Amino acid sequence: MRLIKRIFAALTTCCVSLPLFAGWGDVNMTPGVNALSREIFDLHMTIFWICVVIGVLVLGFMVYLIVAFRKKEGDKPAQFDDHPVLEMTWTVLFAVILTVMAVPATFTMIRAYDDAEGDINILITGHQWKWQYEYLEDEVSFFSNLLTDLDQRNNIAPKSDNYLLEVDEPLVIPTNKRIRFLITANDVIHSWWVPDFAVKQDAIPGFINTAWTQVDEEGIFRGQCTELCGQYHGYMPVVVKAVSPEDYNLWVNEKKEAKIQQALLTEKLWSTEELYEIGEGVYQTNCVACHQVNGEGLPPVFPALAGSDLVLNDKAKQIEILMEGVQGAAMQSYAEQLSEVDIAAVITYTRKAWGNDASGDGEIVIPKEILDYKNNKL
Amino acid sequence: MSAVIDSHSDDHHHGPAKGITRWLYTTNHKDIGTLYLWFSFLMLFLGGAMAMVIRAELFEPGSQIVSPEFYNQMLTNHGLIMVFGAVMPAFVGLANWIIPMQIGAPDMALPRMNNLSFWILPVAFGILISTFFMEGGGPNFGWTFYAPLSTTYAPPTVTFFIFAVHIMGASSIMGSINIITTILNMRAPGMTFMKMPLFTWTWLITAYLLIAVMPVLAGAVTMMLMDIHFGTSFFNAAGGGDPVLFQHIFWFFGHPEVYIMILPAFGIVSHIIETFSRKPIFGYTSMVYAIASIALLSFIVWAHHMFTVGMPIAGELFFMYTTMLIAIPTGVKVFNWLSTMFKGSISFETPMLFSIAFVALFTIGGLSGLMLAIAPADFQYHDTYFVVAHFHYVLVPGAIFGIIAGVYYWLPKWTGNMYDEVLGKTHFWMSFISVNITFFPMHFVGLAGMPRRIPDYALQFADFNMVISIGAFIFGLTQLLFLFVILKSIFAGKQATTKVWEGAKGLEWTVASPAPYHTFETPPEVK
Repeated sequence: MRLIKRIFAALTTCCVSLPLFAGWGDVNMTPGVNALSREIFDLHMTIFWICVVIGVLVLGFMVYLIVAFRKKEGDKPAQFDDHPVLEMTWTVLFAVILTVMAVPATFTMIRAYDDAEGDINILITGHQWKWQYEYLEDEVSFFSNLLTDLDQRNNIAPKSDNYLLEVDEPLVIPTNKRIRFLITANDVIHSWWVPDFAVKQDAIPGFINTAWTQVDEEGIFRGQCTELCGQYHGYMPVVVKAVSPEDYNLWVNEKKEAKIQQALLTEKLWSTEELYEIGEGVYQTNCVACHQVNGEGLPPVFPALAGSDLVLNDKAKQIEILMEGVQGAAMQSYAEQLSEVDIAAVITYTRKAWGNDASGDGEIVIPKEILDYKNNKL
Repeated sequence: MSAVIDSHSDDHHHGPAKGITRWLYTTNHKDIGTLYLWFSFLMLFLGGAMAMVIRAELFEPGSQIVSPEFYNQMLTNHGLIMVFGAVMPAFVGLANWIIPMQIGAPDMALPRMNNLSFWILPVAFGILISTFFMEGGGPNFGWTFYAPLSTTYAPPTVTFFIFAVHIMGASSIMGSINIITTILNMRAPGMTFMKMPLFTWTWLITAYLLIAVMPVLAGAVTMMLMDIHFGTSFFNAAGGGDPVLFQHIFWFFGHPEVYIMILPAFGIVSHIIETFSRKPIFGYTSMVYAIASIALLSFIVWAHHMFTVGMPIAGELFFMYTTMLIAIPTGVKVFNWLSTMFKGSISFETPMLFSIAFVALFTIGGLSGLMLAIAPADFQYHDTYFVVAHFHYVLVPGAIFGIIAGVYYWLPKWTGNMYDEVLGKTHFWMSFISVNITFFPMHFVGLAGMPRRIPDYALQFADFNMVISIGAFIFGLTQLLFLFVILKSIFAGKQATTKVWEGAKGLEWTVASPAPYHTFETPPEVK
């Protein structure tokens, strides 16, 4: 019943009252929040109205033809089959209309393609299925993962307002500064899109594309990956938070401080329970997409961790895989993505969970071992 | 446009063979046409069933009936099957049936190759569909199969997919060679190029497009095969290759391919509008030149599918301008159709209804295509549902309505019986309404920011998606009615006359209904 009610509600809102639709913003492109996005919006509206006028004229003329020239008893259809002057006229007319559209489009294009260096340069890397942001001037770097949990996606828990458009850590940028994005990818092609900035740029492994923005107002802006990038393509949103330059500086300092704190944590003495608990959280955010909640994976592409011989008995190899990734497979290196604590914790978790504890050697990994691995490599 | 001097009666001493061998060994253009058409109908329902799964999954936000992985397999195979299995074979089937009869030829020029080019198609699709039952599942990288998602990161079954595409390509190339050879060599005496019926014209140009681009597609998948199995790095940046190269090659095939799927429909619709307006087609010469220019332009617009890959600005502008140019010949065609109706004496049988809907809705698809051509605006449109709306408007009420119109138009000639006009019109109105409920709201969700190819979506898109799904279910069910109408006309119905339609012109309307197994064994003479 609930469903039927919803269907009717949807049908009425969308079909019957379409012209009265309250939020025109829901059915049209956003004008966005900077000069370029507004310019593209204006261009869009210009060509949209030109197309609407052409469409209405053509369809209107069709209706006239259908009504005026229906077959009647004893009528004699005309037999003309060309009219060179008329044909020439409309060909030229089309060319004129197209020129009218092409001129403003060209100028907008030139402005969109400005790739001069920014006040702040951010390297954006697409991974299956998350974004990595590196602030080139400030040596701040982090990953941005989908926050929406599986219960919401599986219709167990009610969906939050920003369902599928929320992340654990948004990209933070200051207002009124020129931000240049350098966009690339680590595995397959992704595409980084924030409608409010009118920035959509493919993230291509091995190549760096540029885009830029300058935001006038503070706020949170949401977008999504727009290039099919594998099974969780629909689950890698982009969230950008624009703050005042002062707040931005505070945020950068906080990030730097947190990095130092994190380094100290590796020296701490950890209990198995502490590691297991942290590891479970890390696993939920980073690993479930492929290896699944129950550790069974999705063979043959994503191997199982539960009962895997490697996870049960080969601690050293497991550390190596997490640090280096697996060539030619979806498994990426987590050395840069996660802290030493998180890596040690998640390995510990996989070695303890799903009965692995009982069937394997049950050894845990502490953050110091990860640090040692890193140092030995140097 | 052409009159027939010799309307001879056909003898039946070379009748069809009995049983299954009639279909397996046949070299008769009508039998092969029938095979192609039934095969494409089967594929239409298979691809359609996949679309139903997609729409059921998108009925409401949240996970509904399939996993994201299977969803990707559905959207990939929906595209592949509709493009290569439904639309293209349907046009080849119509070409087989109609072109020899339109040009007064006894059969296709290369009948044995004709048999082969059909019978490898079920093999290709058998291979493609078999991947669903293999470990790792079917292709899941979109019908555009961008590398490296389709190479390094593809399921192991991708090799079967590559092989299937090779076979489909071979089938298309053989079919095209056959059509070109037939049209160039076997026209009835007196039928000059500028007297050729427009369906034959559109197919002649389409066949050249196919011969030009199918080898390019074969090249692309072969390079994938090498990357996957033989250690090359055509599309692997880590080995010095370029993932964008794949897109350039693919779309150099892909853009002519989309015209391959619409040009024959232009031909069909031209005949139908002329017939039911009881007036000669307006601007025949400009129609032919328009088709030829669309075909030529299709080779220099491919990168408008790639405005966001980071091309230099000169590339963006070049492809924007060339793409916009296509609007000119396309606009000429639309105006010619309207002028054909002007001062005509129009009746609205089912083929005409589908053709008028074709012109109207193809115009909408053309206009949204023009919007997409504007490169800076495309930054916002690219890979959203706006694009999905656009290409479905040109492919469903475009190509598929064109095919359906053609089927209704020629069905009495094939079966000898008139189809049920009431059911035909019901089929039309149900299709027309539901196709718009399905695809029109996609413009809105696309502009509002919904990316394509996602299995789940944010809450603000929920209402429209439910409407879209309902429209899609109605459209899907309605096509069962089409199947029923066809079956009914095969087994029963008012006996069709030779001419079938009052305003019909052309040689195919001079042979008996149903068309005898062999027609034009003595070529007719065209004045």
